[in-house]
Amino acid sequence: MNKPTEVQAEFSFSGQLQAQFQHIVERYPTRESALMPSLWLIQEEYGYVPPLAVDWLVENLGVSHARVWELLSFYTMFRSEPQAKYVLQVCHNISCHLMGARSIIAHLEKRLGIRLGEKTPDGKFALEGAECLGACGHGPVMQLGKHFYEYLTTEKVDQILESLKKDIVPRADTDRELEE
Amino acid sequence: MNQNVDHILSTRFGRKDGHLLSVYESEEGYQALRKALTQMSPLQVTEAVKEAGLRGRGGAGFPAGVKWGFVPQDADQVYFFVNADESEPGTFKDRYCLDYDPHMTIEGAIISCYAVNANLCFIYIRGEFGWLVDRVQRAVDEAYAAGYLGHNILGSGFDLEMIVHKGAGAYICGEETGLINSVEGRKGQPSIKPPFPAVSGFLGKPTIVNNVETVASVPYIIREGVDAYRQYGTEKSAGTKLWSVSGPVKKPGVYEVPLGIPFRDFFYEYLGGMVEGEELKAVIVGGSSVPVLTASEAMGVNLDYEALAQAGTMLGSGGMIIVPQSADMVELIQVLMHFYFDESCGQCTPCREGTGWLYKIVKRLRKGQGVQEDLDLLDQVCDGMSGLTICPLAYAAVMPMKSFLEKFRPEFGALIKETTPVGPRSRWPMGEQEI
Repeated sequence: MNKPTEVQAEFSFSGQLQAQFQHIVERYPTRESALMPSLWLIQEEYGYVPPLAVDWLVENLGVSHARVWELLSFYTMFRSEPQAKYVLQVCHNISCHLMGARSIIAHLEKRLGIRLGEKTPDGKFALEGAECLGACGHGPVMQLGKHFYEYLTTEKVDQILESLKKDIVPRADTDRELEE
Repeated sequence: MNQNVDHILSTRFGRKDGHLLSVYESEEGYQALRKALTQMSPLQVTEAVKEAGLRGRGGAGFPAGVKWGFVPQDADQVYFFVNADESEPGTFKDRYCLDYDPHMTIEGAIISCYAVNANLCFIYIRGEFGWLVDRVQRAVDEAYAAGYLGHNILGSGFDLEMIVHKGAGAYICGEETGLINSVEGRKGQPSIKPPFPAVSGFLGKPTIVNNVETVASVPYIIREGVDAYRQYGTEKSAGTKLWSVSGPVKKPGVYEVPLGIPFRDFFYEYLGGMVEGEELKAVIVGGSSVPVLTASEAMGVNLDYEALAQAGTMLGSGGMIIVPQSADMVELIQVLMHFYFDESCGQCTPCREGTGWLYKIVKRLRKGQGVQEDLDLLDQVCDGMSGLTICPLAYAAVMPMKSFLEKFRPEFGALIKETTPVGPRSRWPMGEQEI
């Protein structure tokens, strides 16, 4: 039973994270139902769900390994491997397609020197296709983290990339908090 | 046309401060909750929603009050879910509701929970709407602090807990049993019905799942009354509807209009027609899963449940996709078939295999490797998927596929070159694993 120590060595489950985990477990009616929000808690902290975190969840929620991996593999947003620093997900469904998503993807491929589904060698950018993001009237649309960049043009994509290369995340179209 | 007159759901859309509790309260917010809790019994609330003719706005159009009525009266525990897993291609209205006016949905959810005697409510928001999860959580926190949630709400003795649950990328979780299974901590694979969730849902208890727009309509009905709501829309399609409009029109966006207005008026007066240089070719009125209408068919329909059904399509979620003359219909259906193939949860063979076959057959047509019998094969695969699965996802792929093929067949046929030697090939696209 030395796994918890290993887990702590790997990602030091902070006191604050512990408290948030406890809060989830108290609010959800069953331990299994607390699994999905717990996976989000871990992923938002570490960028992905490390295998040792899976062990930790198995121990602390009393669910099976199979159950945790089932969720990790079924839900496309859960990641079980380290991700690029900026994962750009471009919607290629029908509405964005009609508004030129294909040329946005082609432009990103050219600028980043990678194909859709690949990562830049420095691990900074990944380019992925996404199914409908629910921003159809604002297309073409690209997701980065919790936010969307909308009404994309090649010029706008260039500005976003230039900024990200300097590690400045430009304000997203869905980020309206400053308006308050 | 004065667009402000008919607004029930969208009065705060586009405003910077509409999401704040103080603003919502100053504009009659939470008055309906007060009225329901102090002057009405749960049964009276259900009856009002039934009489108002409010129908589910997520896609199926089932009367909300009738659904609530299926909850057994003697149930010891009832759950209520607000479905904000908005993922139907072309649909982005629920996002507007929660972004600009989260308290209206929260108030509607509290009243709905009171009606069905639920003490735990989940708002299930698709994971891609990351910022929205935070925004709604802040609104829920505000509602708790103001005493609209929690123990003994407004001194009525009614208790309610509300949890904002973040999805993680699965179209199928928008199906109500898939959504319930997802919150239970499992893959979001739908369950067979019956039993219906209203009888046996979350953790085996009676559970009601309603779309955001449906829930957001409840406060108005309770506050202003059934007659006020029924002044909008038609006899069978009462009230207003949010339409999410995408594609190359002059003014895409979310519009609230009374049910039953002619598409033609909506298209010219609200959307401003097509952008310069484009002409209307086709319209997918209710989200990508409903049968497509040609431009001339669309120009003759009214936007309500009955008229659209009569025209051979569905109102669905109101995710209206405007297709221009320049669009390649076979390419569009390939995009859509990729989506359904990608999103099939995989538990029913006709859907798991069928969506993949449809995608691959369309793809080989576009690569110039198709033969004439492929067009019939597409129809046959569709027939082998319809009505044979647990949930409607398979049929959601079949409806656009069959209607595209029927109404735009020459575009499919033009891809088949009689002279192209195809070599040995399987009738079924089994060998084409590359996707």
